[in-house]
Amino acid sequence: MRRVALGAALVALAAVPLWVGSTYYINVASQILLYAVFALGVNVLVGYAGLVSLGHAGLFGVAAYAGARLVNAGHNHMAVAAGALAVTLATAAVFATLALRGTGLGFVMITVALGQIVWGVAYRWISITNGDNGLSIKGRPSPFDLSLASPAAFYWGTLVVFLVALATIAVVVASPFGASLRGTRDQPRRMSALGYHVWMIRFLAFLLSGFWSAVAGLLFLYYNQFVSPQVVALTSSAEVLLMVIAGGTGTLLGPVVGAALVVIVKNVVSGYIERWNFVLGAIFVLIVVFMPEGLVPGTVRLWRWARAAGRPRGAAAVPARGGEGGR
Amino acid sequence: MSLWLVLAVNSITLGGLLFLLSAGFSLIFGLMRIPNLTHGSFFMLGAYLAVSLMRHGFGFWTAAVVAGLGVAAFGGIVERFILRRLAGAELAQVLVTLGLSFMVADFCLMVWTGDPIQIETPPLLRGTASALGLPFPTYRLAVSLVAVVVAALLWALLDRTRLGAMIRAGVDDAAMARVVGIRVSRLFTIVFCLGAWLAGFAGVIGGPILSVYPGLDGEMLPLALVVVILGGSGSLLGSLVGSFVVGFLYNFGQAMFPELAYVVLFLPMLIVLVMRPQGLFGRQPV
Repeated sequence: MRRVALGAALVALAAVPLWVGSTYYINVASQILLYAVFALGVNVLVGYAGLVSLGHAGLFGVAAYAGARLVNAGHNHMAVAAGALAVTLATAAVFATLALRGTGLGFVMITVALGQIVWGVAYRWISITNGDNGLSIKGRPSPFDLSLASPAAFYWGTLVVFLVALATIAVVVASPFGASLRGTRDQPRRMSALGYHVWMIRFLAFLLSGFWSAVAGLLFLYYNQFVSPQVVALTSSAEVLLMVIAGGTGTLLGPVVGAALVVIVKNVVSGYIERWNFVLGAIFVLIVVFMPEGLVPGTVRLWRWARAAGRPRGAAAVPARGGEGGR
Repeated sequence: MSLWLVLAVNSITLGGLLFLLSAGFSLIFGLMRIPNLTHGSFFMLGAYLAVSLMRHGFGFWTAAVVAGLGVAAFGGIVERFILRRLAGAELAQVLVTLGLSFMVADFCLMVWTGDPIQIETPPLLRGTASALGLPFPTYRLAVSLVAVVVAALLWALLDRTRLGAMIRAGVDDAAMARVVGIRVSRLFTIVFCLGAWLAGFAGVIGGPILSVYPGLDGEMLPLALVVVILGGSGSLLGSLVGSFVVGFLYNFGQAMFPELAYVVLFLPMLIVLVMRPQGLFGRQPV
């Protein structure tokens, strides 16, 4: 039954360019998948490690900038991807070393500061980043001689990357490492007493999260063929965090739903009003205040509650409210 | 030679402004354990409110105080009706302040448009004053003086009054303070309003120097973060020292390494984080 549903979902996803018709919607679908990869990466840290990062747009941006520089230097696709990912992983290692000096709110503050450094460099170090004007590349690279130029081709390419990301993270989360990661989130002292190297587990989670952020950053570069300091601003970090939290932290599909929600609202809303940031802020506030566990677990909770309310009294077990789902 | 002097004066002025901004930030962080990410928005909102007040004929200083009160009222509403609902869930509180900062930024863009607005220097303080045979811009000296006065008042409040003793007790150990009968939740509101007032006021008196423009909030917030990480949360002395360190780093960094100004600014913070995570004057780990 699950396999049938999974297969049907895959076929539906793969067939998107065939049934949505206009290129506009194919591009929206590509954006959703691209940001879903980013949100999946951030969720490794936010959801499973319990470390909230507000600096991940920095890593996303480092990958995009490094990729743009490498493409413009005339390297082929493989070199671009390998180089950009290596640079970003190195940056993520530095970020992790510094940010893991703190946990909880200390971690949040340090990641904000690190993200702002990247922004400052992107904005001011004009000889490398071209400042406010940003960097653009001419045409999408063709990995393995497959052209990504058409919207449908780019969508399929992104879909493959997205599925790999989803599968990797599903495997990691289900692995012993995933279990120990959740352990460091819920009971760091106990994990330490049991002999786990809590710092190293968190460090590796940070690298994994940085890796998928970097992949998403590269996809972003290929999609837009342009990167500017706007990409690494605090707003972008907040946007991806909103995707993770809106969908439900610590769940596999939550970030995907959140990415779809944010990208769709952003595209639809910005068609009607200019005040996208206001809407983003308002959604953020409303979700945190009224549905702190996110849309996916929140909807499940409401549905169960509605079912329990429909039944005769006695069997009504209201599930505990909290953000620690995903077990 | 005079370039260095100008830079030093600018650094002291910026340090003074940053102190007004970060003293409240630091107290809120020390007491409520949340980095209030709307603090930059308070700064910007204060400046914009003063612009409107001055357009309606209010004087500069009246506008500064009243705009500060407006921001304090907004801060009070935020604390009482939103943050209070999320008591205990610090992370949710931080995220709400972040969401609110976007809303405020967009609201300001809507009302006051995207053009930078220069707040006029009060007439009495225009021009230069000479000391030691060198000319100094009067207004910048006045800003530094205001910062010193506010620092002294804050110190007196925290160190010499009953309210200050209660706030210090709350910063040190909120649970224990509750046990001995201090209404810590009321302190939250008071400190949040006070911090918001200081930030709004700082925005106004910073207006003639920095002017007001969209994105000002995002520029000031990281500076306040750096000050608090450098100085340690909840420590007035830490904010004071941290503010002037950041003021000097920012101005000299921009003059000497314009492309890497941000790196120069954040490097000392990273060093402090690695060597002494609780900050230079902080007592508890962040």
